[in-house]
Amino acid sequence: MANTLTYLKNVTTLALDADLCVGCGMCTVVCPRAVLSLKNGKVEIVERDACMECGACAQNCPTRALKVDAGVGCAAAVINTALGRSGDECCCVVDANGKTGPVCGPGCC
Amino acid sequence: MNYTVDPGLYALGAPDKQSPVLVTANFKLSFDRLRSAFGGRNAWILVLDTKGINVWCAAGKGTFGTDELTGRLKASGLEKIVSHRHLILPQLSAPGVAAHAVKRACGFSVAYGPIRAGDLSEFMDRGMKATPEMRTKRFPLAERAVLVPMEFIPALKWMAVLLPLFLVLGGVGFSGTFRGDITTHGIQAAFMLTGGLLAGAVLTPLLLPWLPGRAFAAKGAVAGLITGCIVIFLSGGAPDTAAIQAESSGMLLISVALAAYLAMNFTGASDYTSLSGVRREMQWAAPLLIAGATLGLILWTAARFL
Repeated sequence: MANTLTYLKNVTTLALDADLCVGCGMCTVVCPRAVLSLKNGKVEIVERDACMECGACAQNCPTRALKVDAGVGCAAAVINTALGRSGDECCCVVDANGKTGPVCGPGCC
Repeated sequence: MNYTVDPGLYALGAPDKQSPVLVTANFKLSFDRLRSAFGGRNAWILVLDTKGINVWCAAGKGTFGTDELTGRLKASGLEKIVSHRHLILPQLSAPGVAAHAVKRACGFSVAYGPIRAGDLSEFMDRGMKATPEMRTKRFPLAERAVLVPMEFIPALKWMAVLLPLFLVLGGVGFSGTFRGDITTHGIQAAFMLTGGLLAGAVLTPLLLPWLPGRAFAAKGAVAGLITGCIVIFLSGGAPDTAAIQAESSGMLLISVALAAYLAMNFTGASDYTSLSGVRREMQWAAPLLIAGATLGLILWTAARFL
């Protein structure tokens, strides 16, 4: 994909069961990384490595054809979890409207 | 400062029974941006209780979720206020909301609008169709630059301890006087650490697409290597004795590890990293960083005895 950054290869937990797909296309609407594409009435994973496991596609799939272990890719949260701290409170600071704001609580990255 | 808006139903302009219903978080910036982007039009705005957190983060946590939406919708009495049964949600709320479940629970259909509120007017004018650009999240230089203070300022807290510590330790054990060694060895160590800080917390976010490697720790290490070599060059060029070589390479390792660590923390602020990816990166990067910093510390200490 042009002009977008990609993270590590072959790591996403995104999985598609094409037999369950009814081709509604909702996943292609909600994916913010253009990972999925509708072809011949079925969804296909076209940019697997662009997936950031946000979980929007699986959440909005009415037939549970898509599965992903959703989470936030944040080193501070992983460290906190590993240390047994309650603060996997990590949130990104990118607002839904595309802008940023200091909205994180204590223990946040 | 208070960044929250009271949850509930708001009128934008003079909405009627046919006006669209926009849903957002009760984070003030989200709400204000939506209002200004949609200014001049009439709409209902349903504000969910996301504890003052923005849409994307709240959706990830599930506070901007199906239950909150359907509960807030019923409490607001929206079904008596509008004649249609359609809601427009920000696309980035989708990790928390299941559109089909909302429809089932309260009869309202969910349409996901564009990622940016700024595109909302165009989205409406296109008959509620978003272009691929409106649907794709990018991470341009301006957004990365805004995030630099989020990395830099918390790191200063640690630097306030590390810098004086290394400055004073630089005065201990080398051949000269305590004061003299601080101004040479101590200062060099402090500059190396500062270089590492700048590399990890400032250069890495800004130069993200151009630094080699996919892992953030790798990008940070490269940036740290660059700033470290610049400091070594400025502080007297190529090291010629074994003692100076050990001292310089020791501090270089420490500053590279620092830069890589800070860069790795930027995974949380970036918007294209996955949890599985961060876990995999940390599996090899975390032991390597600790080993590098330890070896650096040993070399820097050993330089006094060479």
